[in-house]
Amino acid sequence: MNACPKHIGEYMHEYLDGDISREHEIELKAHLQSCDNCRQHMQELNSTIAFVKSAAVVSVPLDFKQNVMIRLPKGRSGAGVQRWLRRHPIFVAAAMFCILMSASLLTGFNDNKEFSVTKQPNLVVEGQTVIVPEGKTVTGDIVVKNGDILVKGSVDGNITVINGQYMASTANVTGQIDEINQAFEWLWYKIKNGGKEILSFLGKNE
Amino acid sequence: MDALINKRIKQVLKGDQSAYSDIVSLYQQKLYQVCYRMLGNRHEAEDIAQEAFVRAYINLHTFDLNRKFSTWLYRIATNLCIDRIRKKKPDYYLDAQVAGTDGLDMYSQISSSDRLPEEEVERMELQERIQYEISQLPDKYRTVIVLKYIEELPLQEISEILDMPLGTVKTRIHRGREALRKQLGNL
Ligand SMILES: [Zn+2]
Repeated sequence: MNACPKHIGEYMHEYLDGDISREHEIELKAHLQSCDNCRQHMQELNSTIAFVKSAAVVSVPLDFKQNVMIRLPKGRSGAGVQRWLRRHPIFVAAAMFCILMSASLLTGFNDNKEFSVTKQPNLVVEGQTVIVPEGKTVTGDIVVKNGDILVKGSVDGNITVINGQYMASTANVTGQIDEINQAFEWLWYKIKNGGKEILSFLGKNE
Repeated sequence: MDALINKRIKQVLKGDQSAYSDIVSLYQQKLYQVCYRMLGNRHEAEDIAQEAFVRAYINLHTFDLNRKFSTWLYRIATNLCIDRIRKKKPDYYLDAQVAGTDGLDMYSQISSSDRLPEEEVERMELQERIQYEISQLPDKYRTVIVLKYIEELPLQEISEILDMPLGTVKTRIHRGREALRKQLGNL
């Protein structure tokens, strides 16, 4: 059995991978016919493959998809912030610097607990909830601070909710919807929008 | 299939998170299967396969729409499985035994260096034995054998999933087959 050429073993695997050349195949078959050891080796390899391939399908748990969806980062804006933070560590450092150096940025978040909303025609305010009534359309952006917004009609613009919740039934909103509930996101929002929109909005309502 | 997937991916990237559930539906069985065969434990397989979908979601913007989505997903999942296998410490197995849901799980808790007594191996049912033998393979052979013979993927795709030259994949499959053959003895 020591007489077997070493390359016969390699040809066996070439054969099993389905990429053996015509010449190698002829040589392999000729050798297997004359050599009991190699024939047995080849047989064992074939049984090994058949053995692994007889593994039964293990079914995915029924609640698998649901649990994946629960584990996804909340909302697109949230995912965007996380992604952005991961990809731009230098900006995180800069943002931390801002928090330390510029208290004015965060006062907008911490010190103003009172409810406010952008003035737009067709908006109804009930307590701390802003309502876009059914059948009505609001044209323009809406920013709600320390309150919730319930959209029953439609909005042709962006909605931003700071320290509150966005609720909708069969809402029709053409622009982006952002919920800002954490100091960091608040800061991010300010950086993203150059602070202009929010500062002017706060100025109007204070 | 690829057109549908790309459509869903674009929807997710535009902010429609619910479109992602269709993507999960299409690939959950495959991904769970690979993770289960790699890890040998239903509980861990579920955790890692879910983690793979979450990572894919977070990094979806980096996916090249001209490539095959399943290749990308398999890649994320196999990397997570290999990380998990390498991080396993002996004291972890004791916890896993409690969390396990059935008899198959216990074999994942034995590191590949120490084999069970032969009479115990011979008493195993076929399915138990298959998982046991796969779990005895070193992880670099286990990965290629699972992708080739459980998932039945072409060698070229395996090479893309593992980001490895085709020649290396072939060598590993050859060695994996030989290692399994030796483990099985005269089956
Ligand atoms: Zn021979």
